[in-house]
Amino acid sequence: MALSTGSNNIMKKEKKYWQDKDVELALGKLLRWGVVLSSIVVLTGGIIYLSRNAGSLPHYHSFRGLLLPFHDLSDIFKGIAEGNGRAIIQSGIILLIATPVARVLFSIIGFIKEQDWLYVLIASIVLAIIITSMLLGIKA
Amino acid sequence: MTILVLTLIIFFGSMLAGFLGSLTGLGGGILIIPMLSLVFGIDIRYAIGASIVAVIATSSGAASAYVKEGITNIRLGMFLEIATTVGAFAGAFIAAYAPTNFIAILFGSILIFSAIFSFQKKNPHFQNRPGSKLATLLKLNSNYPDNKGNIITYSVYNIVGGFFMMIVAGVLSGLLGIGSGAFKVLAMDNVMRIPFKVSTTTSNFMIGVTAAASAVVYFQRGYIDPSLCFPVTLGVLTGATIGSRVLTKAEAQWLRIVFAIVITILAVEMIYNGAKHRF
Repeated sequence: MALSTGSNNIMKKEKKYWQDKDVELALGKLLRWGVVLSSIVVLTGGIIYLSRNAGSLPHYHSFRGLLLPFHDLSDIFKGIAEGNGRAIIQSGIILLIATPVARVLFSIIGFIKEQDWLYVLIASIVLAIIITSMLLGIKA
Repeated sequence: MTILVLTLIIFFGSMLAGFLGSLTGLGGGILIIPMLSLVFGIDIRYAIGASIVAVIATSSGAASAYVKEGITNIRLGMFLEIATTVGAFAGAFIAAYAPTNFIAILFGSILIFSAIFSFQKKNPHFQNRPGSKLATLLKLNSNYPDNKGNIITYSVYNIVGGFFMMIVAGVLSGLLGIGSGAFKVLAMDNVMRIPFKVSTTTSNFMIGVTAAASAVVYFQRGYIDPSLCFPVTLGVLTGATIGSRVLTKAEAQWLRIVFAIVITILAVEMIYNGAKHRF
């Protein structure tokens, strides 16, 4: 192509700008769809839960923590298969918690595309901290 | 009270909390926890769990709009998330061993701080010296479009101080189940001298990831009760969405005053009940 170096540089700069913009737009979309999707799942589970337990009495005054079901994935999957409302809500909550984590993962990909290795490292550290938090939480 | 009635009341209460939280910029968590624990007598651990989930929902929802406008400093957010996630993890870990009365008293103190913070003057910073070397190295100096479409360039100062303050913000978020947006903004606005608009949107951008780091701990500790999270999350999200629509019209001073009074009353009650060992 018969482009002078000057216009080539401008093209490069513009391309860089658009890549940045693309990443920002994609991040925004990811966050929005994560929230919308998890809200729909939580609402679905909530309606099923209410339709079956509307008349019973709540239990929130005393903390029962892990004595109640649906705090690990296999338990939740089993519950979903049985159409349990609480299990479906719980899966929606996991989707919601996963949304910002997916955002970090996505940023890493964005920074790789921009070849910004410093920020590939920084975003990876953030992801590693969250994963550590998750794994240490299981042990506790 | 049956589950149906309680769920509906909590939904509308959370909607109000989300609405006010978004109008004042303090977020929904700060009102949700006292509402659930003081008004409904719900165990504060369930209140914290429900709040952290709602915080993730609202911050992610709002961030999606801000990121598009190009105001958020994504690099700065990512860098400071190292501090907030470490803090949040530590906070959520301590929360399991700290007595609930202590958490209630600490929460009350943070509420009072937030009430004062909501009156803070938003002075524009005069950037008469170049940004710190570390800011250049980390590519944190950036620009943003203002209301008139002008591109405003800014530098970032005192990275180390800001970073340490973010660790504190993270610990509070993990310990209390709030976004601790007020502390994040304080760190960026006052310490790192970043324009207020960039501080608030970048703070919001970071809140979701910070909250996720502690939510994974809460989840496995049984703090997150699905039947309670259902009305709280959807309520706060609905309220915050309505709030963000009217945000530009309602910057009334009286709203801030009413809000500050409400939080102060809640704070006194949390501290009093905490001291009397009622949590």
